[in-house]
Amino acid sequence: MSRTSPNSFEPLLLSRPEGLYCPAGDFYIDPSKPVKNAVITHGHGDHASSGSENYFCLQEGESILRRRLIANSKITPFEKGTSFTLGDVAISFHPAGHILGSSQIRMETSKTVWVMSGDYKRDPDPTCEAFEPVECDVFITEATFGLPIYRWEPTSEIARQIFEWWENNKRLGKTSILFCYALGKAQRVLAELMAYTQQGVLTHGAVEGIVEVYRKEKIPMLPTRKVSETDPKSDYAGELVIAPPSSYGSPWLRRFKNNDTAFASGWMRIRGNRRRKGYDRGFVLSDHADWPSLLKTVEETKAKHVYVTHGSIDILVPYLNERGISSSALATDFKLEDDTE
Amino acid sequence: MKAFAELFKQLDETNSSSKKVDHIVEYLKKATPEDAAWALFFLTGRKLLRLMPMKILREAARELSQTPEWLFEESYSAVGDLAETIALLLPAPTHSLQEISLDSWVKDRLLPLREKSPLEQKEELLAWWSASSSWEIFVLNKLVTGSFRTGVSQSLVMKALSRNSKITEATIAHRLMGKWDPTPDFYRKLIEPADGEKDPGLPYPFYLASPIEGEVTELGSISDWLLEWKWDGIRAQAIKRNGNVFLWSRGEELITERFPEITESIARLPPGTVLDGEILAFVDGTVAPFSLLQTRIGRKNLTARIKEQVPVILMVYDLLEENGEDLRELPLRDRRKRLESLLVKTDLPLLKISPEIESKSWDDITKLRESSRTRKVEGIMLKRLDSSYRVGRKRGDWWKWKVDPFTMDAVFIYAQPGHGRRATLYTDYTFAIWKGPDLVPIAKAYSGLTDPEILEMDRWIRKHTVEKFGPVRQVKPELVFEIAFEAIAPSPRHKAGFAVRFPRILRRREDKKPQDADTVDTVKGLMHVA
Repeated sequence: MSRTSPNSFEPLLLSRPEGLYCPAGDFYIDPSKPVKNAVITHGHGDHASSGSENYFCLQEGESILRRRLIANSKITPFEKGTSFTLGDVAISFHPAGHILGSSQIRMETSKTVWVMSGDYKRDPDPTCEAFEPVECDVFITEATFGLPIYRWEPTSEIARQIFEWWENNKRLGKTSILFCYALGKAQRVLAELMAYTQQGVLTHGAVEGIVEVYRKEKIPMLPTRKVSETDPKSDYAGELVIAPPSSYGSPWLRRFKNNDTAFASGWMRIRGNRRRKGYDRGFVLSDHADWPSLLKTVEETKAKHVYVTHGSIDILVPYLNERGISSSALATDFKLEDDTE
Repeated sequence: MKAFAELFKQLDETNSSSKKVDHIVEYLKKATPEDAAWALFFLTGRKLLRLMPMKILREAARELSQTPEWLFEESYSAVGDLAETIALLLPAPTHSLQEISLDSWVKDRLLPLREKSPLEQKEELLAWWSASSSWEIFVLNKLVTGSFRTGVSQSLVMKALSRNSKITEATIAHRLMGKWDPTPDFYRKLIEPADGEKDPGLPYPFYLASPIEGEVTELGSISDWLLEWKWDGIRAQAIKRNGNVFLWSRGEELITERFPEITESIARLPPGTVLDGEILAFVDGTVAPFSLLQTRIGRKNLTARIKEQVPVILMVYDLLEENGEDLRELPLRDRRKRLESLLVKTDLPLLKISPEIESKSWDDITKLRESSRTRKVEGIMLKRLDSSYRVGRKRGDWWKWKVDPFTMDAVFIYAQPGHGRRATLYTDYTFAIWKGPDLVPIAKAYSGLTDPEILEMDRWIRKHTVEKFGPVRQVKPELVFEIAFEAIAPSPRHKAGFAVRFPRILRRREDKKPQDADTVDTVKGLMHVA
């Protein structure tokens, strides 16, 4: 198959201040401002914002999206692979493996098929459906971890490390405080740890709110209890506490006197990131694709052209071009690089 | 070697100093003296010199990981540590190596690298790497490249040694000073009970002053304190024992040969004498600025001309040993008396006593401090008269009260990533001032911002990059910062024609625009004000 330059494609998507816009279907993908039609990849804060007239998403993602948006937002969910039409474009959602209900967006016109990956990963995750490669003409991929230094170990291995850390702290009479993103990562950890224990885990309120959503979707996780419902005078020795990174260094933590802290994130692959933030331990656990997964995915879509939108754009684009895969940058608004890791 | 790699991992996985000490103690208990000596060598930040060119290390890593050069460099720039970058890029091991001790790793594998051809060096590395886990590769690379950065300071190592050997930290510190070879013999002697015998060349650990906090009046009665000028030279310890003379800098560097004039004077002191003081450039009976001394420091070849241009003295402020007796436990007022009579008796013109500032009140001394710049000193030292000479930076007895620095407003123009803990952030900034219509670089600053400020700057830098040169980003000249610095010295290497000393960031000037920044002329003007 010959690779062609992006200029020979009809530009199905344009970058606008509100987000990626599709003129042929008059919709935006993950708009950051209110628009008429918002097609949503997943419910993380930088992808789902309130005020649009109509929302469209994958069925499994509806409950999270509803939690994120203001009350009575109009959301139309679709089963995976089921297409619907906006303007001249047939749209369908396909699992992205990032968090519960996360999806890729397939867009087909009479001339071309585009797929927007959204955030995705290829590692197995008991809390969401696995990523499904979708063949297309143009593939838009994220590249949060677009450098060859980012290669993930099997999740079971990381879960074992977390469990052993917890056990070791328990022996020392310490509280283990694991910081991780409240939506997705926290629930994944709670599910993965089931392979090692049945013990209960304490949670920060922000984490517990999402845990409840996951439980309604029948995701098996360790039993949890909110820290705010415990006796503030207890010593919390031997407990595992899961909390969002924003609580690190906050007064909320003061009740855990004798503690050991850790952060679960793909960024923890680099020692400097962990040491700079001052965590005792870093567990390399990411909901984004690592370098080998990015390359494998690009291959599997058989796309003639690959756009890169997020993260290491200036690395992945030249690398793909060197390997004979036509690629270019798709400029979007600047977003914080590590807020969902 | 497995035990050492494990120790490094344990040190890396905790922020608690006491836990780190525990881990070192445990390791040293089990280690042979051979291994223990090498472990100390690496933990105290020493490195094996000139094992192999880093170019070979990079080449071998690119080859085994099949990474193009540009991608390797991008990875390095994201990680900020060569040893770690390589460990993160290399594939999983195909087999495992026979376990050998740390000592044997260094002596039988690493040190022989020096004698090998580049091709052989590369083959050795590839063979080791393909049989090691990611962490082992990282530790091995660290042995090759040096700079461990475990957050382990010399003082933690000394604590661990002290706990293991029941010898005081001060004695351990004394024995760890200067140059030593990591031999089993050295290690055995290090933890041997003290018997009063001393290596004649060893200096005492320096006592360091802390910056004063709060008001000086909080220090109690001024009559409890010895006040001296804070000299701006090279802190040095002068030793005369058994007919030998040694001059040590605070960085534990032997500088005896660099200042032959001072060495000659020390040679005339009675045996068993150790002085603490400051080497200063001294012209026509007065102290000259540090920048003059600097012109002499870097010289390999000390010509008669430079000695004439930059005459030096030792401004002495403490007596640590007299007639072979360790005086450090005596109160300062007694040491000072003995120092005065010693210097009067020996009458050596290049050994001057740091004069006591006669001052009746804190108000009085506060005013005197304002005259620091014209006196070419950095401020005032306050030393408690009944204090002993302590080890390291122990707060409470010695305070430094520096004069307020010069300041300028400069425009932020380049950013570079930091090292170690800050390797993934743009933390090193270059600032510029106006010379006619151009911005010329004037200072590089690394510190002065809080962590949240650094993060904010990092984001701003990434969004406002105009051009990249390797790791350096040129940014839009929009932000103005107030920069503090200590002195101005002529420098032909700088486009401004001069350089500033110890620049650091005071704060962002959000109220100022780039055009409001200082000019070469206004900054130069400060020199004359002083």
